[in-house]
Amino acid sequence: MTAIDAAQPGLAPEQEYAGPSSTRTVVGYGFWIFLLSDIIMFSGLFAAYAVLWANTAGGPTGGELFDLRSVFIETACLLVSSYTCGLGALFAERQHRERFYIFSVLTFILGGAFLFIEITEFANMIGKGAGPSRSAFLSAFFTLVGMHGAHVTSGLLWQVYMVAQVAAKGLRPHVLRRLLCFSLFWHALDIIWVGVFTMVYLMGAR
Amino acid sequence: MLGRLTWDAIPFNEPIPLVTSAVLGIIILAVFGLITLKGWWRYLWDEWLTSVDHKRIGAMYVLLGLIMLLRGFSDAIMMRSQQAIAIGASQGYLPPDHYDQIFSAHGTIMIFFVAMPLVVGMMNFVVPLQLGVRDVAFPVLNSVSFWLTASGALLINASLVIGNFARTGWMNYPPLSELAFSPDVGVDYYLWSLQISGVGTLLAGINMVTTILKLRAPGMTYFRMPVFCWTALASNMLIIAAFPVLTATFLMLLLDRNLGMHFFTNDAGGSAMMYVNLFWIWGHPEVYILVLPAFGVFSEVVATFSGKALFGYRSMVLATLAICVLSFTVWLHHFFTMGAGADVNAFFGIMSMIIAVPTGVKIFNWLFTMFHGRVVFEPPMLWSIGFMVTFVIGGMTGVLLAVPPVDFVVHNTVFLVAHFHNVIIGGVLFGMMAGYNYWFPKVFGFTLDARWGKASFWCWFLGFYLAFVPLYLLGLMGMPRRLQHIPDPTWEPLLWVAELGSVVIFIGILCQAAQLYVSIRTRVSRRDRTGDPWNARTLEWSTASPPPPYNFAVMPNVETIDAFWEMKETGQHAARQTYEPIEVPRNTPMGLITAFFAVIIGFCGIWHIWWLAVLGLLAVVVTAAIFGWSEHRESEISAAEISRIEDARLRAVG
Amino acid sequence: MQKMPYASSRILCRGPRGARLRPWPEGALRCLAACAAVSVASCRQAGVMDPQGPIAAAEWLLMINATEIMLVVVVPVILMTLWVAWWYRASNPRAGRSLEWSYQGGVEFVTWSIPALVVILLGGVAWIGSHQLDPRAPLPSDKKPVRVDVVSLDWKWLFIYPDQRIAAVNQLIIPAATPVTFRLTSGTVMNAFFVPQLGSQIYTMTGMTTRLNLLADKPGDYTGFSSNFSGDGFSDMRFVVSAVPAGDFDDWVAKVRGSGSPLDDPGYGELTRPSSAVPPTTYRSVDPALFERIVDQTAQNPEKARAGNAWCPPTTRVGG
Repeated sequence: MTAIDAAQPGLAPEQEYAGPSSTRTVVGYGFWIFLLSDIIMFSGLFAAYAVLWANTAGGPTGGELFDLRSVFIETACLLVSSYTCGLGALFAERQHRERFYIFSVLTFILGGAFLFIEITEFANMIGKGAGPSRSAFLSAFFTLVGMHGAHVTSGLLWQVYMVAQVAAKGLRPHVLRRLLCFSLFWHALDIIWVGVFTMVYLMGAR
Repeated sequence: MLGRLTWDAIPFNEPIPLVTSAVLGIIILAVFGLITLKGWWRYLWDEWLTSVDHKRIGAMYVLLGLIMLLRGFSDAIMMRSQQAIAIGASQGYLPPDHYDQIFSAHGTIMIFFVAMPLVVGMMNFVVPLQLGVRDVAFPVLNSVSFWLTASGALLINASLVIGNFARTGWMNYPPLSELAFSPDVGVDYYLWSLQISGVGTLLAGINMVTTILKLRAPGMTYFRMPVFCWTALASNMLIIAAFPVLTATFLMLLLDRNLGMHFFTNDAGGSAMMYVNLFWIWGHPEVYILVLPAFGVFSEVVATFSGKALFGYRSMVLATLAICVLSFTVWLHHFFTMGAGADVNAFFGIMSMIIAVPTGVKIFNWLFTMFHGRVVFEPPMLWSIGFMVTFVIGGMTGVLLAVPPVDFVVHNTVFLVAHFHNVIIGGVLFGMMAGYNYWFPKVFGFTLDARWGKASFWCWFLGFYLAFVPLYLLGLMGMPRRLQHIPDPTWEPLLWVAELGSVVIFIGILCQAAQLYVSIRTRVSRRDRTGDPWNARTLEWSTASPPPPYNFAVMPNVETIDAFWEMKETGQHAARQTYEPIEVPRNTPMGLITAFFAVIIGFCGIWHIWWLAVLGLLAVVVTAAIFGWSEHRESEISAAEISRIEDARLRAVG
Repeated sequence: MQKMPYASSRILCRGPRGARLRPWPEGALRCLAACAAVSVASCRQAGVMDPQGPIAAAEWLLMINATEIMLVVVVPVILMTLWVAWWYRASNPRAGRSLEWSYQGGVEFVTWSIPALVVILLGGVAWIGSHQLDPRAPLPSDKKPVRVDVVSLDWKWLFIYPDQRIAAVNQLIIPAATPVTFRLTSGTVMNAFFVPQLGSQIYTMTGMTTRLNLLADKPGDYTGFSSNFSGDGFSDMRFVVSAVPAGDFDDWVAKVRGSGSPLDDPGYGELTRPSSAVPPTTYRSVDPALFERIVDQTAQNPEKARAGNAWCPPTTRVGG
């Protein structure tokens, strides 16, 4: 013990730190922190929605616009897609390429279905004159839900890219690390959707 | 086809921007010409522009910050001159629409393109070395982050040449920044350039937090990390938590301006108050993002130049983390006068004062580090002592402003301007100058001239007081900020003193330029052969100056705080070891290419050239896809090469 | 090439921090002394340092008290910093050295306690002060408050007296020693109503109503302005607050009622057009509900909103 350590009484002997973590840990951790930052960005949009949801400027309210049935269907699609994504990731870890492909396709279809329903909803609303420039409420709605949809779209494009990489390069460590990141991303989108579903649709349709 | 871009965008009929743009153009051409003539492009491309080495990237960040300091400072001296001249009936030489752009650009540039790059660059260079590791967690991302920040800087300077800048102040409050009141491209320049550089900063934050939490030398537990790494951790955690809020806020304002939405408009239910809240939820942590690493620099410098370990390490860590958490609980103090009511105002006022406690503790701990030490007055130490004296005054006026009823009579006067310059210059800038002088030998292999360094310190120190003490007085006398002309002639003498202050600071900047020039000219005689010119305590000084690409031939085994000091005491630092080959990441133009397309996206977003902006976005995606497909991204440095490099250092040390 | 700033010195002095002689050019010292003198001489009692009302007086007193409390800590800290740095300089043979001393619990306790105690004290001051000086709180007085509605426009101030049914631009006449209750809003971008000698400022925001209560002790003219930047004409958004004896105030109201034009809706529309450095004007009559209508002319108002085109902001200002 050097004088420096001895000068700090009450310091319990610390567990030795073994050194830098593995690449997989580092990559996963870093990506998770990125997702946390993304959730904070969403929280800014959630906050805006919370402030502005009642500012309908004489225009339509959520209750008048939301079709909870289709929202429920798209929610189910997204949540199940998370499940299929998880299964796909497990198979990839175990080097089962074909099963990974199957579950990737299922995830893609379910995610695509979610997007399709959402875009239809948006188009209907805009067609009725309830577009994002109609009122502050609608601006907040379209931006929050639309930003989530943009993330889902990016996720689907990324998924196509990842399947191509698996096909071309195989389930090698760096490909698996990226699949880990993709899975984290897809699950995080689910978490955010639960927030959107609750705060925007369930609370707004009352 | 070209959106709203026309030839009218170039300020042919406005002499000041026109001449400035011409001069800038000539300087840029001259620099490019010089590089071409000397055949330096290959070297610059291979060693700097495509580098993914944190040391190179850190140096480039600092260089960007220093260059933008010249631009931000020219804005400052123009503002001071205008206010000194435009008294009573005189309108000065800057009409309102120019003056408004200048003060907006001054604040924006100083915060986002001077302070942030200096701080991020310094952390980038130093933290991996202090942690005893080879690089940050994601080196290519590091390069992308830097180049995105540089893209933002480029866009903001482009507003000088093509179009105009925002006339809303650096905070860009709506409804003034909405389309109805700022229909031209100025606010769009602000939003796009900050949005792009904000992405860069966020990615850098993620990189640094991952590095500090997951990549440290063996044995370096958290409480054996240098205090600078703790402050870097806190600062980067704040970046991750705060910048996304700014991204969301600017996104909403961009949507208002471009798609007719109503987040912050006066009509259709928009809420300008919401912008103010969201902006400052980012804005207050931002100032701690800037000042915490400066505190970290002072912790390193004061310990080194007192020949003594930092006093109260654990307290310093606790204080840093306390500041980190508390910085999210004070944002309303930026708008006490919005009328939130006594309970809300008082709560936020008290929280703002509470944040002064850990800061006060730090000052005391630095004081006790010097106490019974052996103080050496090299330039970094002068900057530190200057900081301690100046920052407590700034902190005091800050606590004054934290009392809501006091704030009611000085908010948005130049008293406020004096306060935040007091803490930003006294804290952040002095810290960066201390760090610059302290770590320069490590970065470039030779020390900076101390006499010019001290001269520049004294000019900055005295210039600061001359420039800002009058502003404290004027604020109390009832002078609001951002005045283009001065209605009350009795303010004139104080404004001239402030002007003189800015001139003295300018001399300080000239001294720094002279310092750099003289140091480069005499670099052979001031070469740092041992890697440890200051007899310092932390691991970065155990490498050669400049460090080899791999930083540490063998990752050090850390057993205590101040690991290098321990190594020197036990003679380990001069020990020869066996070397294995090391893999280092290859350079890549990914960062540059991303930035290139980012500039296109930003520029086209500003000028509504939508088709090209979309193409730019596609190009970024394609570039990322191509890069993601590549293999063989590392190259190996052989054991023999490592031996050669290390032996050269050990000969000088031993 | 530029000479070293202290290579050619005429005055040599020992600085507080260096045993080494620190040369200073004589001119620089003279200049510094001149600046200090100028600063002190120019610092007149003005603005908040010359409070003319109870709010301003209380706020100025708060500032002085808080400053004094903090100076008790700040001045010794600054002096100690300079003294410690100088005394423990490497070249001082008489200074004690304890190069291994980097922790002592007692010292830590004190260093946390001192700022904590100051903050607890000032926190109490802040809590009490915030409640006592809440802008919304009416001022205790035996006189009935005068109501003034304030609207910030580009780039001028409109003052409506709803009880007297008159209005004025860029001048605010109030009776002295009488509380004035303000309701404030903006007809344009965010501004802030501020009369330093009378006290607190408050923001003005479109679609919102903020409240302020002030009182001028004695008759006099006090400068008012906007303190929140609002565009090109911001520097000219100044007005004079004239506190007059109560009798004179009634006379003034009567005089205003007898001359000038009424402030009708087209007149208000004219006012919303951008103009700056507007000379003080008065209006003989005004709709007492004009303020409410200005505040409501946003999309919150169902009538307006259903019309499809909610209240339009003032005429778009052309850049420059």
